[in-house]
Amino acid sequence: MNGLVILIPAAICLGLLALVTFLWAVRTGQYEDLKGAAERILDDDSAPGRRDEP
Amino acid sequence: MSATLLDEAPATGSADVRPDDAEVLLAMSRPAGADARQIEFAVPDAYCVTCINAIEGALARLPQVTSARVNLSQRWVRVVFAPERGAVLDIPAAIRRSGYRTHALDPVTDNGQDQVLQDLIRAMAVAGFAAGNIMLFSVSIWSGADAATRDMFHWISALIALPAIAYAGRPFFRSAYAALRVGRTNMDVPISIGVTLATALSLYETLTSGAHAYFDASTMLLFFLLAGRTLDHLMREKARGAIANLARLSPRGATLWGEGGETSYIALDQVAPGMTLLLRAGERVPVDCCVLEGTGDVDLSIVTGESMAVAVAPGANLAAGAVNLSGTLKVEATRAASESFLSQMAVLMESAESSRTAHRRIADRAASIYAPAVHASALLTFLGWGLLGGNWHEALMNAVAVLIITCPCALALAVPIVHAVAAGRLFSNGIMMRDGTGLERAARVTDVAFDKTGTLTLGHVRYAGQVAGDAAALAMAAGLARHSHHALAIALSRAAPDAPAIAGEVREMAGQGIEAVVDGVAWRLGNARFCGASESGDRAGGAGTEVCLGRDGRVVAVFAFEDTIRPDAASSVAELAGRGLAVEMLSGDGPRAVDAVAGALGIGRHAARLSPEDKLAALRESAEQGRRVMMVGDGINDAPALRAAYVSMAPSSASDIGRSAADFVFLNGRLASVPFVLAVARRADRLVRENLALAIGYNALALPLAIAGHVTPLIAAVAMSSSSVLVVANALRLHFGANLVAPVAARPAPVRAEELLS
Repeated sequence: MNGLVILIPAAICLGLLALVTFLWAVRTGQYEDLKGAAERILDDDSAPGRRDEP
Repeated sequence: MSATLLDEAPATGSADVRPDDAEVLLAMSRPAGADARQIEFAVPDAYCVTCINAIEGALARLPQVTSARVNLSQRWVRVVFAPERGAVLDIPAAIRRSGYRTHALDPVTDNGQDQVLQDLIRAMAVAGFAAGNIMLFSVSIWSGADAATRDMFHWISALIALPAIAYAGRPFFRSAYAALRVGRTNMDVPISIGVTLATALSLYETLTSGAHAYFDASTMLLFFLLAGRTLDHLMREKARGAIANLARLSPRGATLWGEGGETSYIALDQVAPGMTLLLRAGERVPVDCCVLEGTGDVDLSIVTGESMAVAVAPGANLAAGAVNLSGTLKVEATRAASESFLSQMAVLMESAESSRTAHRRIADRAASIYAPAVHASALLTFLGWGLLGGNWHEALMNAVAVLIITCPCALALAVPIVHAVAAGRLFSNGIMMRDGTGLERAARVTDVAFDKTGTLTLGHVRYAGQVAGDAAALAMAAGLARHSHHALAIALSRAAPDAPAIAGEVREMAGQGIEAVVDGVAWRLGNARFCGASESGDRAGGAGTEVCLGRDGRVVAVFAFEDTIRPDAASSVAELAGRGLAVEMLSGDGPRAVDAVAGALGIGRHAARLSPEDKLAALRESAEQGRRVMMVGDGINDAPALRAAYVSMAPSSASDIGRSAADFVFLNGRLASVPFVLAVARRADRLVRENLALAIGYNALALPLAIAGHVTPLIAAVAMSSSSVLVVANALRLHFGANLVAPVAARPAPVRAEELLS
C-alpha cells in the first residue's frame, strides 16, 4: 500500500507528461509531414525553406 | 508581341498542365502576415529529398517568395510570397521548370488551420490519456482488489475521469444540446445521455463504496467516438470555392471606344449591349461580344477547355472570360455582364447542386434507425427492472449498462475508417478524394459521361495527315511552320523533322497564318481564307482542324490535325463497359471531331456541340430516369455538369473551377483512374456494409446480456474495444488488391522528359 502512494502519482505524472508532449507535437505541426522529415535527414546542406545554388 | 505570348502556350500545354490564372491564384491565396500571402501547390510527382531540394531551391530563387516548404506526405508545397515583389504566375512556372507537374490547391479554410480538427485531436488525446490510466486501475479492481483499495482506485479514477469527460465530451454535449433545443434528436443525444448517466452513477457508486464504476467505459467510449469523429471530419467535404473563383475571372471594367476614337474606362456593370469596346492583347474579354475589327489569337481554355489558342477574325463571337492573346480587337458587346458567359456559369453552378444532395450518407441513415432503438431499449430496461423487481437502483445500473453497451463506438468508426483507408489508397495511386460521400456515391454509379477535349483527349494537337496536295507540299509547309510558335505550326514541323526551314522574308499574321516569298512565289500557310480559298470551311477545333498551304493565292495542300487521345482511354472505356456501366460522351466540340474520337474509343452514345446548359440538361434527364451518372470533365464549361452529376471526376490538368467542382481529381494523368476509383468505391461500400453489420451484430449479442443485467464494467470494456478493433481491422483489408500504377518513386518526373523532347 505504501508503494502505491508513490507509484500512482508517478504513473499519472508520466501519463500527463506524455499527454502534454503529444499536444505540443500537434500544436507545432510535428505530424504534418512525416515522410518529408524522414527524407530531409539525408540532406545535410539545406536549411528549411532556403537553399543556395548547389 | 504575339510571338512571346504564344511562346508560353506550347511549353505549358505540352505537358499535362494548363496555364494558370493570376487572378485565380491570388484569390486562392490567404494573407500570411504583413504584405505576404500563402498558397499551396500540389506536386504529385515529388517523392524524395532530391525533389524537395529541387522545388524548394527553385522557389527560393524567386524574389517574391519568402519561404517554400514541401510536404512530402501530402505532396504539396506551401509558399509564402509577397505579391508586390513579383508575379504569382512565376511560382507554378518555377515548379514546372524544375521538372514537376503542379496546380494550385484550394485552401482548406480561411487561415489554413483547421480549428475544428485541432479541437477534436486535443479532445481525443485527453480522452485517450484518461482511458489508458483509468484502465490501469480498473484492471486491478477486476483482478480482485480488496474493498479499501477498490474505493481508493475508484476515487482516483473519478479524479481523472471527471475533468477529462468534461473536456473531451464537449463536442458531443454541444451538438446534443443544439439538437434537443430545436426539438430534434441525433446520434449525439444517446451518447451524451449515456456518458453523463454512466459518470453520474459511477460517482454515486464511488461515494457509497459500490462495487461497479463505469469511469473506464465512459472515457474509452469518448476516445473511440472522437477517433471516429476526427476521421470523419478529415473526410468531410471541404468548402468548395468554385463560384467565388469564377467571379474573380470577371474583369472589373472595359475600355469603351467612343464615337470620335477616344477611349474611356467604364465599370463592368455599365457595359450595355451595342457598345463598342476595345480589347487589347493580354486582356480578358469582359462581356460576351462580337469582333468588329482586328484579328488575333484568343485563349478559350476557360470557356471550352480547349488549351490551344483559337484565331478570331471580324464576325467571331467571344465569350466573357476568354483571354485575348495577341492583337488589338474592336468588339461590340452583345450581352450585358450579368447575362454573359461567366455570370451564366455561376448561376448554373449554384443551381446545379440538386442530384448530389439527394444522397443521404450511410452513417446518417444508420443513425436515424439506431438512436431511437437505443433510447427505447434503455428506457424499457429501466422500467422493466424497476416495476418488476422494485429495485430502482439496480434498474438504473442496468439501464446505464444498456446505454454503454449499445453506444455506437464501432458504428461511429465503421464508416469513417473505411473512407480514410480508401482515401489513402486512392492518394497513393495519384487520385485525390475531396469528399467522403463521393466514395459512397461512386459505388452506386450506373453511367459514366465523359467530356472530350482535355479528358478523353490530352487537349493538344497532333498532325493527322495530308488531306489534299502532293507529297512535296508537306516539306514546304513544315519549312514555313518552323518560323511560328503556334501550336499547329509546331505539330506540323514535327511531322517533317528533316525539312529545312524556308529562307527568305517570312511574316506571321496573328490569327491567320504565315506568309513567305521564295523565288518570287508567295507561299502562305494558315486558314483556308488566308490561303485563297473562297469559303472559310469548317473551323471546328480539336480533331478535324485543318491548315492549308497556299501558293500565289491558290490552295495547293490541306493538312489535318487531331487531338491526341489519352493512351489508356480505349482500355478504360472498354473496362467500364465490361462492368456493365453505360458510357457516353458529352462534348462541346463539332460533330466531326466527336465522331472520330467516339469511333476510336468505341463509345456508342455521344453528343456534339453541347453548351454547358445542354450538358446539364442531359445529366438532369438521366437523373430523372433514375440513372446515377459519374461525370468526367475538365473545362469551366464542364463545371456545372461536374457539380450536377451524381459524382464527378476531373484530371489535374482541368481548369481551377473544374477541379474544385469535382469529387475526385486524378493527378496521375491516366484515365484508368476512372475504373479504379469505381472499383475502390465498390469495395469500400461493401466494407462499410460489413462493418455496420459487425457493429450492429456485436450489439445484438451484447444487448440481451445488458438487459438481463449481466453486463459488468469488465464485459462492457471488452465488448467495446474488441468490436472497434475488429471494425478497423476489417477496413484495412481495402489496402489489398492491385494498384493502378507503379509506385511514384519508380517513375521519373514526366515533364522534364517532355521538355527535353521538345
